[in-house]
Amino acid sequence: MRVYLCTLFILLSPVFLFSRTIRVGKSQALTRIQAAIQKAVAGDTILVEAGTYREGNIIIDKPLVLQGLDYPVLDGEKKFEVLSIKSDHVKVDGFRIENSGYATLEDPCAVKLYDCSNVTVSNNILTDNFFGIYVQFGRNCVIRDNRIKAFGVEEQQIGNGIHCWKSDSLLIIANHITGHRDGIYFEFVTHSVIWRNISYSNIRYGLHFMFSNDDAYITNVFRNNGAGVAVMFTKKVTMINNTFEKNWGDAAYGLLLKEISDSYIYGNQFRENTAAVYMEGTNRILFEQNVVESNGWGLKIQASCMDNVIKRNNFIANTFDISTNGTLVLNTFNGNYWDKYEGYDLNRDGTGDTPYHPLSLFSVITENNPAAMLLYRSLIVSLLDKSEKVIPSLTPDNFVDNAPLIHSLPL
Amino acid sequence: MNKITKFVILDILRNKIVIAYTLLLAVLSWSVFSLEDNSIKGILTLLNLVLLYVPLVAIIFSTIYVYNSSEFIELLISQPIKRKKIWLSLFSGLQLSLIVAFLVGAGIPIMCFAPLKLGGMLLLVGCIISAVFVSIAFLGAICTRDKAKGIGIAILLWLYFALLFDGLVLFLVFQFADYPIEHAMMVLTGFSPIDLARILILLQMDVSAMMGYTGAVFKEFFGTDTGFVITILVLCLWIAIPFMLSLRKFNRKDL
Repeated sequence: MRVYLCTLFILLSPVFLFSRTIRVGKSQALTRIQAAIQKAVAGDTILVEAGTYREGNIIIDKPLVLQGLDYPVLDGEKKFEVLSIKSDHVKVDGFRIENSGYATLEDPCAVKLYDCSNVTVSNNILTDNFFGIYVQFGRNCVIRDNRIKAFGVEEQQIGNGIHCWKSDSLLIIANHITGHRDGIYFEFVTHSVIWRNISYSNIRYGLHFMFSNDDAYITNVFRNNGAGVAVMFTKKVTMINNTFEKNWGDAAYGLLLKEISDSYIYGNQFRENTAAVYMEGTNRILFEQNVVESNGWGLKIQASCMDNVIKRNNFIANTFDISTNGTLVLNTFNGNYWDKYEGYDLNRDGTGDTPYHPLSLFSVITENNPAAMLLYRSLIVSLLDKSEKVIPSLTPDNFVDNAPLIHSLPL
Repeated sequence: MNKITKFVILDILRNKIVIAYTLLLAVLSWSVFSLEDNSIKGILTLLNLVLLYVPLVAIIFSTIYVYNSSEFIELLISQPIKRKKIWLSLFSGLQLSLIVAFLVGAGIPIMCFAPLKLGGMLLLVGCIISAVFVSIAFLGAICTRDKAKGIGIAILLWLYFALLFDGLVLFLVFQFADYPIEHAMMVLTGFSPIDLARILILLQMDVSAMMGYTGAVFKEFFGTDTGFVITILVLCLWIAIPFMLSLRKFNRKDL
């Protein structure tokens, strides 16, 4: 036992012996953060007292903890990148970072991680920056509890809230992001988790995925973004328990799936979107236990989608539950609840005895002829829809749920 | 309220059809709201009621009433009363009784169950639609002396506005699918009071679909305050113009 304790002490001794704490502030010996970083050695903690620090670009190039006390302000004066992290094992916590510069070539950020691992950026308040937090070649980094706010008006004038590029094993947890171009942007990012974030009122997407495999996003809220959430050119993505709501407007989607495969969409809520889910070139997706409620379109499944399974979901009060652009159907619908289902259940097993055709003729007509929307809910349209329901002639007759539920699922 | 209008209303009350109509509306609306768990679905059923049955009852009942009161009209004309006043009193009497019937029958359940703005819009539209079809009935009834023909015209007019006009619009949409016809379509809807009424209500409820790229143009017009005022004005024109035409005919007619 003693041997173990001794070994432990020897192992930890550098920490006890050499780790120092340096204070930066108006009344301290050091008034500049950059000077403190230069003076510090690996493993030190720099405590920054409240105040405004205008130091241009601050570069952290050794493993340090940079801790703000009472949210000191780091001001980029609209000219500089504020914090550049170029070392592993850095922690930045408790700062208010404002006014990064604007440049389309260099993408100045509030915080940028250059090729590093095990970095934590937490509890910061980021206001009015070009890019919020930018992770480039990051590994095992944590972005947690940040409040990121910008006031973007046009897509090309503003960067993304959390931008991750060519990274692996990131944790993006409990951030609030608003007013950026994309709330969270993933490109070539693998094995990462996005958890408990709220991304709202961004100009383009709340979350934007490109070429990022084996990721999961869980329990996030995406609200009122210009075009919702986009997941593109990706495989093996898991989306669980997220809320997609109020993504309204021209070409706005709750969730846009383009060229994605082998993914799992479970237990999400889609409410009040123009189109809750738009699928194009989407293969082998399991879409289950989701609530699709009060949307213009529930699912827009283009004919290029294959082998998707849509089962045990609630479709409630959508203008159109399903729409498609072709006659080819290679997807399976099974055991969903459709509030427009008018069948009966003689043996009382909870499953309707007649199949349900979720595709209405009118949704096919408006897909080809958007102007026909003007006739929605007129007598002639309901007559056409009724006759089509009885004898499907223009809509594909294999677009069918053979076991529609009588009662909605408790989701 | 002048005496003739009062007499017309009393006469209509005595003939009990309007009371039956009120009861029918009441039973339908109450049952719709108590059967559906979702009040929006109830509103949709009532929308069909307002767009189909209310015009049907208004146009047929008014036509028959005008024909049946031809002797009464002849009697009045022998008195020193202006023809304009007789026709106007008849019109307002019919219109008022039908609107009151609608408000009493459907208004109370709508106000109880539907969201205030949507319900208010539905009531407003229902009243206007009643008035429009009374006005159209007057024009149809004055055109021919033959009662059977007159009722035939009324039924055909109803069929035209409720069904055929939309069929025509759908046909045009298909024919001109390659052209930007959204604005032309908006003008076209002005030619059918039922379509105008439907769009006014839809913009209050199925906003999500209308706001997508398909409905953006419509939303831009009908969804604004100006658009709303213009739509209501056009609907008022639908009350005024057929009635004015029928009044002109009535003034010149040899009874």
